[in-house]
Amino acid sequence: MDLIELNNVCKTYHLGELDLPVLKGISMQVARAEYVALMGASGSGKSTLMNILGCLDRPTSGEYRLDGREISGLTAKERARLRNRMIGFVFQSFNLLPRMTALENVLMPLAYCRDNLTEGEMERRSAEMLEKVGLAHRIHHKPLQLSGGEQQRVAIARSLVNRPQVLFADEPTGNLDSRTSEEILQLFQQLNSEDRITLIIVTHDPGVARHAQRTIRIMDGLIESGASSSGAGAGVP
Amino acid sequence: MKIYRTLKMASLALRHNVMRAALTTLGIVIGVAAVITMMEIGNGAKVAIQRTMASMGANTVVVLPGAVSVAGVNTGLGAMMNLTPQDADAIMRECPPVSWVAPIVRARAQVVYGNRNWVPTYIYGTTPLFLDIRDWNDMHEGEAFTQHEVLNSSKVCIIGQTVVKELFAGESPVGKHIRIRNVDFKVIGVLRKKGANLMGLDQDDILLAPWTTIKYRVVAASLSGGNQSSTSNAGAGELNTLNMIYPNLQQNLYYTQTATEQTDAQPPIRFPNVDQILTAARSGDQIPAAIQHISSLLRQRHRLRHSDPDDFSIRDMTEITKTMASTAEMMTQLLLCVAMISLVVGGIGIMNIMLVSVTERTREIGLRMAVGAEPGDILRQFLSEAVMLCMLGGTMGILLGRASSYVVSLVLRWPTAISVGAVVAAVLVSASVGITFGFYPAYKASRLDPIEALRYE
Repeated sequence: MDLIELNNVCKTYHLGELDLPVLKGISMQVARAEYVALMGASGSGKSTLMNILGCLDRPTSGEYRLDGREISGLTAKERARLRNRMIGFVFQSFNLLPRMTALENVLMPLAYCRDNLTEGEMERRSAEMLEKVGLAHRIHHKPLQLSGGEQQRVAIARSLVNRPQVLFADEPTGNLDSRTSEEILQLFQQLNSEDRITLIIVTHDPGVARHAQRTIRIMDGLIESGASSSGAGAGVP
Repeated sequence: MKIYRTLKMASLALRHNVMRAALTTLGIVIGVAAVITMMEIGNGAKVAIQRTMASMGANTVVVLPGAVSVAGVNTGLGAMMNLTPQDADAIMRECPPVSWVAPIVRARAQVVYGNRNWVPTYIYGTTPLFLDIRDWNDMHEGEAFTQHEVLNSSKVCIIGQTVVKELFAGESPVGKHIRIRNVDFKVIGVLRKKGANLMGLDQDDILLAPWTTIKYRVVAASLSGGNQSSTSNAGAGELNTLNMIYPNLQQNLYYTQTATEQTDAQPPIRFPNVDQILTAARSGDQIPAAIQHISSLLRQRHRLRHSDPDDFSIRDMTEITKTMASTAEMMTQLLLCVAMISLVVGGIGIMNIMLVSVTERTREIGLRMAVGAEPGDILRQFLSEAVMLCMLGGTMGILLGRASSYVVSLVLRWPTAISVGAVVAAVLVSASVGITFGFYPAYKASRLDPIEALRYE
């Protein structure tokens, strides 16, 4: 069974009397541990799709199954719990909280998970995660004391700390120079192959998309190509 | 999410912008400090007012003898001779709501010093407790007489300022001797000036002496009370006839008792009566209890049956006590108004800054929601920040308020009383101000759409 299944998902924004259809019937699948790039021109609806995939938004119509569970009917609270457990986000602008240290930034999702972890346990897991992204020596630095690449690594550590199944990255290298971009992409590659984390990267850089096993192209709210891995063949190792 | 994390996050957020937090909370600090200071000074003022009222005699309860009717002619209140010094002692002993008791023997007589004379409005024979009841303890000069001098019926007296002015004209009266009805009194003290009472009578026109002295050495002849009939009987023979004018006329003017009738008739009982008993209740609200206690005690001591009316009457200063109660009431209400206004102003400041803070941290809210914060978590975070701000303000306000009321008590010499109630109220009120005024911004934050919040610049 695929991890992500979209079936004829539509999203329409209502601006006053005007209906603005952004997604016009998207159907796609992503298998477990797949590495997928989502490409499209700006205004094509890829961000909206990303929001729906990331359970930040609900589709106007259509079905969305994540790990076999129907998502479209969940309340805001249920979706918040789902995001906390299953989904990690990496943003273009890192979105770290400037007044907290790297460790505290990474720890944040754990504070919202309802496992009743002790403070010590939370800190241990966060430190482990920072170590994994290669920032063991920067644990107590604040974001402003870190370089862009390091900041994005902290953000990645944060997205992984709750052991999610899917990682969504929205232009993760958009604010980085080419060398650090390469490092981050390498890290993604490693996470995908070693930890079998499903990765979905939104980008319009073909160089970034090349790292993925499959590229889904979106145009005007419809999928142009790469809707499912079955056609592409042995995408899953 | 655990309380510890919530508080840690809130304190982190507040520490991020210390200056702003401090200025915001200043409204609450000032509000709470004002409330505490006002309450404490108010309490002190209330105590002071009560003390002043007490010195005016607000707590005094006066026991007067009842009226007698002789052959249909009512003598008016105070004519009966049935209050004794023993009654006074019994009241002191057996009535818990009464703090002080002083018997009073009145006289009206000429006071002579050298070539001057004066008739004081009040010549009171009493005990030293009279001064406690009237709050007149600190003497202008000299000292008061003692209980010992009462027992000795010593010929000592203390006099008010008016008497000093009239008799001594600039001399110090202490140690001088004055005469009252040819009885020689040594002046041992001068009372502090008190001025006129509520009725306009000069309270300083007074002479106080041990009641035993006034009773037995001064009044004995003139106000002998119970003896009046027997003594006047002696002279009655002379008045009961017109034979000075018409020596031959033997007719009596009115009927006189025969010798047999005189022995049959109950002779007037002579015991040392006093003209009134002055008592003070322990506090204003104990006055009714004091009256009840005194009344039942005196009925018992005077052996009155249930059907008998009281042979005495008890007076209190209802007018003054009512004024006192309403003054205190008004003061409390006024302070409450001030408190409400200042705290509402402070609360609006908190709300304002929390709204700014929510707007400023929109991206943070979006991020927190994206990583799994539920709306409730966000609500709790901002609410706890507001409450923490208010509680901090409240704590500082309590300290500041205590300090300023202390300063006021030092500088203005107002009596201030620590008010635990005010402190508790301030803490509760500042917390509830935090919740009330922090709720709207926090609610607004929790309703944000994570997508838009994340995109917010």
